Order: sequence, then C-alpha cells, then structure tokens
Amino acid sequence: MNIVELAGSKFVVTSEICPPKGIDVSGMLEDAELLREKVDAINVTDQQSSVMRLGAIAVSHILKEKGLEPICQITCRDRNRIALQSDLLSAAALGAENILCLTGDYVSLGDHPDAMPVFELDSVSLLIAARTLREGYDMAGGKLSGSPKFCLGAVVTPCADPLEPQLIKMEKKIASGAQFFQTQAVYDPKVFACFMEQTKGFNVPVLVGIIPLKSAKMARYMNKNVAGINVPEALIAEMENAEDKAAKGIEIAARLIKEMKPLCQGVHIMPIGWEKNVPKILDEAGL
Amino acid sequence: MIVSVPKPMEEVMNLLKDENSIFLVGCKGCAESCKTGGQEAVEKMEKTLIEAGKKITGYSLIDFVCDKALVKLRLTSYENKIKESDALLIMSCGIGVQAAANSVNKACYPASNTVSLGGRLGEWRGEERCGECGDCKLWLTAGICPMTKCTKSLLNGPCGGSQDGKCEFEPDNRDCGWHLIYERLKELNRLDNLKKYLPPNDYRKSQPPVEFRETIFWSLDQTKKGGAK
Repeated sequence: MNIVELAGSKFVVTSEICPPKGIDVSGMLEDAELLREKVDAINVTDQQSSVMRLGAIAVSHILKEKGLEPICQITCRDRNRIALQSDLLSAAALGAENILCLTGDYVSLGDHPDAMPVFELDSVSLLIAARTLREGYDMAGGKLSGSPKFCLGAVVTPCADPLEPQLIKMEKKIASGAQFFQTQAVYDPKVFACFMEQTKGFNVPVLVGIIPLKSAKMARYMNKNVAGINVPEALIAEMENAEDKAAKGIEIAARLIKEMKPLCQGVHIMPIGWEKNVPKILDEAGL
Repeated sequence: MIVSVPKPMEEVMNLLKDENSIFLVGCKGCAESCKTGGQEAVEKMEKTLIEAGKKITGYSLIDFVCDKALVKLRLTSYENKIKESDALLIMSCGIGVQAAANSVNKACYPASNTVSLGGRLGEWRGEERCGECGDCKLWLTAGICPMTKCTKSLLNGPCGGSQDGKCEFEPDNRDCGWHLIYERLKELNRLDNLKKYLPPNDYRKSQPPVEFRETIFWSLDQTKKGGAK
C-alpha cells in the first residue's frame, strides 16, 4: 500500500514501532497488533537514537507477513553507499514499498558512542539513490535486473528555529525524490499552520508528527534536549495539573490532531512505549 | 606539505559563470610547489580568465594563505579592488580558502582541490579545518567547510539535530556547521547556494596524484634521509 496513493483518497494515519534489542519480536508484535485496523501503515525505526537493535528491513518483512503495512526507515549513519543500495534492494525484495529516508542521529547519542559515524550519503543523496534504483539503475549507472517500486518519504522539522534552512532542504528533498513527509513532533498548531502556509506550493502530502505527552517532566526534557521540539508552557501546565497524566496526554494528543487535521494530509503518531494508547488517541480524535 | 591539485579549468569557469569581476589570491607556500598557487599559476589563471571575458580587478600573492593574520594584512591594502569585485578566486589549499573567506565580505571560490594535508594544518590558528576530500566545496558553502564543520560531514544542509544554531552532538558547545553556512550565505546575499545539490564525495580523489608524487617537492617531503638517526 503506497502512502502517496492513499493520501489521495483519505487522511493517512501512521504510527511506529521500535524493533527489539535481540530477536524476540513477541512484545513488538503485540504493540503492532494494537495498531491493526487503526493505522494505515507502521514505521519501523532504524536503530532509533543510534541504539543497536534488530534491523528495520527484517522487521518490515515480519510486519508484511502479518498483513501490516510497513514504512521501512533507512538512515545514513551506519552504511556506505554500497551497503545502503543493497539494503534498499533487500527491503524491496522482502516486501517493503514505503521507505523513509533519513540522515540518522549522531552515533554518540546511542549505546555504541565509540562507533564510526559513516554518513557517506545524506538524506538528500539517499533519496536520489533510492529513486535511481527505482528507475532500474544503481548509483554507478549499472543496470538492475528487476527494480524496486518505492514510495519514498522524508522528514522535516516544522518548529525548527530558524525554519528557513529546513524549508530549503525540504524543497531539495522533493527535487530528489521525496513523495511524502512525516514531521518531527508538533505541539503548537499555530506554528504548524504557518509552516504549512509556507510549504503549500510544494504539493506533497505532509503527515504531522505527534508524540503523546506522558508528564510535564517529559515535555521539559524534550524542550531542552530534542532538536525541533517545543512544547508550549500552557500544555506543560495542563500536564502538571492533571491527576490522570495518561488520560491528559491522550486528550492533548487527540486535541492537537483535531486542530491540525484540516491543515495537512495525515498524522504520524510516535508513541515511544505507549503503543497501547494509540487507539484511544485515534478514537478521541475521531479517526 | 599540503598537497593540492588544480580544479579542472572547465569546473572553475562553471563556478565563476555568474561572476564578472574577480580578484585573485595566490599562495606562495605549499600551493606554489603544487603549481596551484605562486606567481606563475596566478598569472596563467589571470590570462585564461581575461581571455574568457572576465575582468580581473587585481591579484595578491601571499606567502602562506593559511596564515589568517597575514591574509588580513595583505588584503587590507587591496580593499578598494576587492570591494569592486564580484568574487575572489583563491589559489591555495582549502585552509587558505577558509582564511580568505573569513577575511573578506565577498564570495571566495577555491581554484584547487586539497587532497592531503600531509600531517600539517598550515599556519591557520582558527578552528577551521580542511576535510581533504579532493573536491573542494567551499565555493558553495561561503568558505565554511561542511566536511569538517558539520559533525556528520553532511553536504546538503542541516539535519534535524540542528537547534538554535547548535549541533545535537554537543548542544552546549558545538555550532551547527550548516547553521554557520546559512548565516554567512545570508550575509553574502547568496542563500540560493543552499538549494544546489552536492553529490557524495568521490573517495578516489583524496589521494595525491601520481604526477605530483614524481616531483622534487614530494621527494623532499618523503625522504628518509636526514634527521638524527
């Protein structure tokens, strides 16, 4: 199921799961089952936050086998162009059609901070590489026997400060093959409206990113440590004053989705451990 | 010795296609040995550019373009000529290009590719470094090297880890290289440069070429003779 074709007919809903550290996928599959029938596709992260885990290609394949649609994330952090192209082909051969191309976090953020940061390609050249494979050739011009049918996605940070370099890079990604965008988490619909206004000529589906809040402390932590995330003080106060933090987090997430739904073509919920709450958020948001 | 090789003249002409009047800076240090700087190479470049219809506003030969203080001192005496130029073409290693770009409010184009620092970092006392990629990109990035200033050596703009001009690697201490490039391009009124695509590096280019390894300068640099053995 191709995200772009889907976005032509409905408001797209995606969420994500994180592969386990090891090969026991039972817990992860329980999370994935909670999303069945609720979301259109599930992102499979690629060594999220530079923490070594089971690979996104293998997990995308497992999801596909279970009848769930994966969006396979691929980052530039760990592989050179030979390995990246080969893995793109492997992902396609194992059933992944939607590919999200990212730069990747720096290695020092993860659990192998002493590892070599590769970044031979960046998100833009990775998109070009994937598009070239789709056209039947590799980066060196060699002809493929059997080419992948990719639907290529990329990411953007609507609340970045300054925003201009992000917008320029977004345009560059579109020119390089990005067909849809999933965004960093947004907590301020006004800022998002302004971003969508500035990108309205870009003509690509944008799925707004939502990370449900678990506590005021989490919001403050993200404001301080996660680039491009800005939770307004009013939301932090709401979380602080709430007796049932989980219910409040769900309510805020649903409210944000309802407010931003008219502005964009879909929503991408990143539950980070709170997969069980995704269906509740979607119910409250009327999706 | 820092080894640089000339960019193909076709590439130089392409880089300068929208610049009409150009001021040349030539290095008389390592670059002279590599024939990428020095009087002979600078005069040859001047002649070629004039033949191609460019206006050369002047040139300055500086002993070591990697010496920021020396570059600033020398270029001050050419202030008016530089002001009337559209851009500068720097015939030195990548460190020299960064030194020059740091010293003038004009776009600085590299005339060469730096393939090896040979263990040296020039006389440069700043934080800037050359990534020895062998395919100098400083023409696009306002004289700030993305290979060394961006923690991830990204070539096509900032990643999502850039926040308030700082890098996710060390948000308290490290500037985002692409933020610096963005700010400087804005000052130079050349923000369109950010829209251009830079392809991945060709890693074959970061080796001293065989012709250079046959020169006397390379032999002097590499000899095992001398010292106190």
